Amino acid sequence: MAELDTSQGGGHKKKGPGVKKAKKLSTRVDLTPMVDLGFLLITFFVFTTTMSEPTAVRLYLPKDTERPEEQNKVKNSGALTLLLNKNDNIFYYEGELLPDGSNFQSTNWKDVRDIILNKKKSTRPEDFVVIIKPGPESTYRNTVDMLDEMFINDVKRYALVDITPQDLQFVVASEGGGSAPAGN
Amino acid sequence: MTAMCDVAFLLLSFFILATQFKPDEALEVVTPKSVSTRQLEGKDIVLVTMDRDGKVYFSIDDNNPDEKEIVIEEVDKMKNLGLTDAEKAAFKNRGSFVGVPFSQLKSYLQMSPDQIKDLNHPGIPVTDTLNNELQVWMRATVEAFKGKKMNLMVKGDNEAKYPSFKGIIDAFKKNEQFKFSMVTDPEGVPEGTELARKIEKMGAKATDEQ
Repeated sequence: MAELDTSQGGGHKKKGPGVKKAKKLSTRVDLTPMVDLGFLLITFFVFTTTMSEPTAVRLYLPKDTERPEEQNKVKNSGALTLLLNKNDNIFYYEGELLPDGSNFQSTNWKDVRDIILNKKKSTRPEDFVVIIKPGPESTYRNTVDMLDEMFINDVKRYALVDITPQDLQFVVASEGGGSAPAGN
Repeated sequence: MTAMCDVAFLLLSFFILATQFKPDEALEVVTPKSVSTRQLEGKDIVLVTMDRDGKVYFSIDDNNPDEKEIVIEEVDKMKNLGLTDAEKAAFKNRGSFVGVPFSQLKSYLQMSPDQIKDLNHPGIPVTDTLNNELQVWMRATVEAFKGKKMNLMVKGDNEAKYPSFKGIIDAFKKNEQFKFSMVTDPEGVPEGTELARKIEKMGAKATDEQ
């Protein structure tokens, strides 16, 4: 593999003193380190590349029932309702939405985790339920992110519920009466 | 020496080139990220795709030609489309998907692959609760997969609006399909959260069950 050219050193003795022949420099470069590096890179990439395979999030839907007595009842005190909205806005309220909207608050994706955790700590585990209401202007990403958030925070009970006109009213009001369909 | 060097760089260039090849997908969908590590199941896939404009497309795995045939037969019957055998065969082709309302299905199935590429797919109407056409597709699919477990999947784009997704969910619910998977890209679990602690305790399995 790696050969050392010693012929020149040996050959030097034979020449008489003062006779200087132009040294023939070898044009061969020792490639071993480069090959080593090449293989090292190959092995590194081969081992580290995990083909980014898509994963799946499971979602179990509840059955729609017309009869109210069959529906799951949620204790108001333990409920946290999150309203997803356009431009990644989140509104939320704890328990039931008061008619005057005094418990209607806004938040963002950074703080929502703390809100969920706070609520989780302050309620009894068996009463705790998060209700996710994606608005018509929210994106699919928002919905999946929120479901993910449930998973990250280990929320056992959560529901994906349609937004009610009443909720929507507060949302529109909070957004400064903005024209809802604007900005697509 | 030189030979080995050659081999090394050949391999290197091969991997560099090979990893760049990306399948030319008919629909470009950027899926959201999630912490879930559950791998996609590869068999009997019924895929509902939602692009960034919220348009909905329907497709069945190419490895299920029998089910595909039943689905198109059923849809033809339910909607009285009067499809010819050639049009039905077009639905059974590899990689075929439907992104048009029933009114355009017949002409859509007559198109050549090149025409389909250039077509601006209107998508299957789902947002209208009274005319949710995906519901019909799903009914046919449930019929086709009778006695067999199908893997219902939704592959949605980040930017798709929620009403389209709701339309899809409704179509599933109406056909008693309460379980489905959403295709996502893997993402790291944030530090210091409940899930991170759970993973420490249970190992990577914690993110599998969802």
